Amino acid sequence: MKILTGNDLKTGAVVWWDGTGWSLHVNDAVDTGERADEIAASEESARRVNAPYALEATRDENGVRPAHIKDRVRALGPTVRPDLTLKPKDPEAMDWVI
Amino acid sequence: MYQYDHYDQAMVDARVEEFRDQTRRRLEGKITEDQFKPLRLMNGLYLQLHAYMLRVAIPYGTLNSAQMHALADIADKYDRGYGHFTTRQNIQYNWIKLEDAPDLLADLAKVEMHAIQTSGNCIRNISSDHFAGAAADELIDPRPYAELLRQWSSFHPEFSYLPRKFKIAVIASETDRAAMKLHDIGIQIVKNDAGEIGAAFYVGGGMGRTPMIAPLIRDFVPLDHLVTYAEACLRVYNRYGRRDNKYKARIKILVHELGAEEYTRQVEEEFQHLLDQGVEPPRAELERIIPYFADPAFDDASKDAIDRSNPDFADWVDANTHPHKRDGYVSAVISLKPVGGIPGDASAHQMHVMADLAREYSFDECRVMHTQNIVLPHVRKSELYALWQKLESEGLGAPNLDTIEDIIACPGLDYCSLANARSIPVAQKISERFAAKGRTKELGELKLKISGCINACGHHHAGHIGILGVDKKGTENYQLLLGGSEAQDTALAKITGPGFDEEGIVDAVETATDVYLSNRENGERFLDTYRRIGMAPFKEALYD
Repeated sequence: MKILTGNDLKTGAVVWWDGTGWSLHVNDAVDTGERADEIAASEESARRVNAPYALEATRDENGVRPAHIKDRVRALGPTVRPDLTLKPKDPEAMDWVI
Repeated sequence: MYQYDHYDQAMVDARVEEFRDQTRRRLEGKITEDQFKPLRLMNGLYLQLHAYMLRVAIPYGTLNSAQMHALADIADKYDRGYGHFTTRQNIQYNWIKLEDAPDLLADLAKVEMHAIQTSGNCIRNISSDHFAGAAADELIDPRPYAELLRQWSSFHPEFSYLPRKFKIAVIASETDRAAMKLHDIGIQIVKNDAGEIGAAFYVGGGMGRTPMIAPLIRDFVPLDHLVTYAEACLRVYNRYGRRDNKYKARIKILVHELGAEEYTRQVEEEFQHLLDQGVEPPRAELERIIPYFADPAFDDASKDAIDRSNPDFADWVDANTHPHKRDGYVSAVISLKPVGGIPGDASAHQMHVMADLAREYSFDECRVMHTQNIVLPHVRKSELYALWQKLESEGLGAPNLDTIEDIIACPGLDYCSLANARSIPVAQKISERFAAKGRTKELGELKLKISGCINACGHHHAGHIGILGVDKKGTENYQLLLGGSEAQDTALAKITGPGFDEEGIVDAVETATDVYLSNRENGERFLDTYRRIGMAPFKEALYD
């Protein structure tokens, strides 16, 4: 699947296109198919997101997993500060990145 | 320490208000990101992997306690409770909100700080020896000259749009503690045969994808021509540096392509032209600056003996203090490298603690080291034990300066959008491995530096042991390098061979140290053993 990410313009937070808006959680990301560039342009011009880009990902029973490690780190947060990640209490969270 | 005059303060305050207006216009949609990006970068605000990152300039790494307290308050108020001290003697915050950035810059301006020229193709923060003004082996304090260069380079209209970023370091000791020859311009204050003080200029060094050691282009520039000569160096670069290819745009490429001799000829020609152009600041300006760096009120009666009866304290003294120019004093290094910690990170609480300690024990002054530690430059020997006890209680007392645990590591793929591999976890695992085995002290001076990409922010080229993280078909891979140095014996490390995975690189570092220990003679350093026996025994142990 092809999902869309960017940074919230005001806060800089990593966000994912969920079909109607932007979510902090990668598991909310939807397949944008061929519409990624169109959505990115529209959302960027509406000042809701900064530096949007599309990326390959897969979805399984555990959720959405970006194909590249860099995007998995973006999705989770820094692997060296579990307290700053989206899963601060999950000891398995780092395994998801690697 | 230099203090702003009303011109400095007015310029910084005006810039804050200018950026406040630019930010407002961006958030209101009156300017696009393409228009705004260069404006925010001029104020040190990047968009990184997770959020906006702000890089704050700390000229030659020097801070007073009020400034360090302010950095801590910013970490709490605008970030997530911590900051990251960098190899450029600056601090970076990783979780800044764009809408908060103008207020943050206003808070910085209240303590005479800013983020101007911490990004962009301009002359960046001037760095220096972290023991400047305190070191026993120093000719003079280089910081007034660094300050003069800072004032000359700030908002310099001719050098605001150079082919690439430009970094200058100034030292005044034979021992290089600022990686001077790995800067675009490295300036060493020297004394000539006639006993006059001047400056040696090394130009065209740097790391990154094309690492080079700067050649000496002039061994003596009179100090009253220092800025003029620097301007000549910059002018030739600005005129002929490549703008068509960012990977070939640094001055090191120009010097290499022209040849040091031809580059020097052109600089000398430009220098002669500039001598009567009034480039050099009036002597009165230097004389105005110098008193800001005057010695503090040292106590002549301070005792020279240190009670070393506590072995842990004695270890810390041996590892983390540096000889001072005055009897009864030392410079004391606060390690930001606890075992398993993130190199260079400090919590807001720790920053407050360091600020208080600077005020109580070091005449209200501390310094950021390019090795990502903090120095208290002037500590009475009689107060070292009390200082150490407080550092210990705050997790800041690791006795590991210049050991394998004192690792330089860039933020890597955990934070940086340019990185290809994570640096910090590798640093953590190596420090944990060697601390657990109790081999750190036995190994002695061993500088290990890790970068998460070819840009070399972690100085891997200059590590006795260097590690470079690369992307290998979507997975992290780590190349091992040996034999680098950023000190007076500057050398570029060489790659041993194929890279390793995350666990493998930790094993490989241990293997390299095993080779060293089994070949060491007369207590020589890792680097000296490597230089004596060469790469072959290491390769054999690593790959056969």
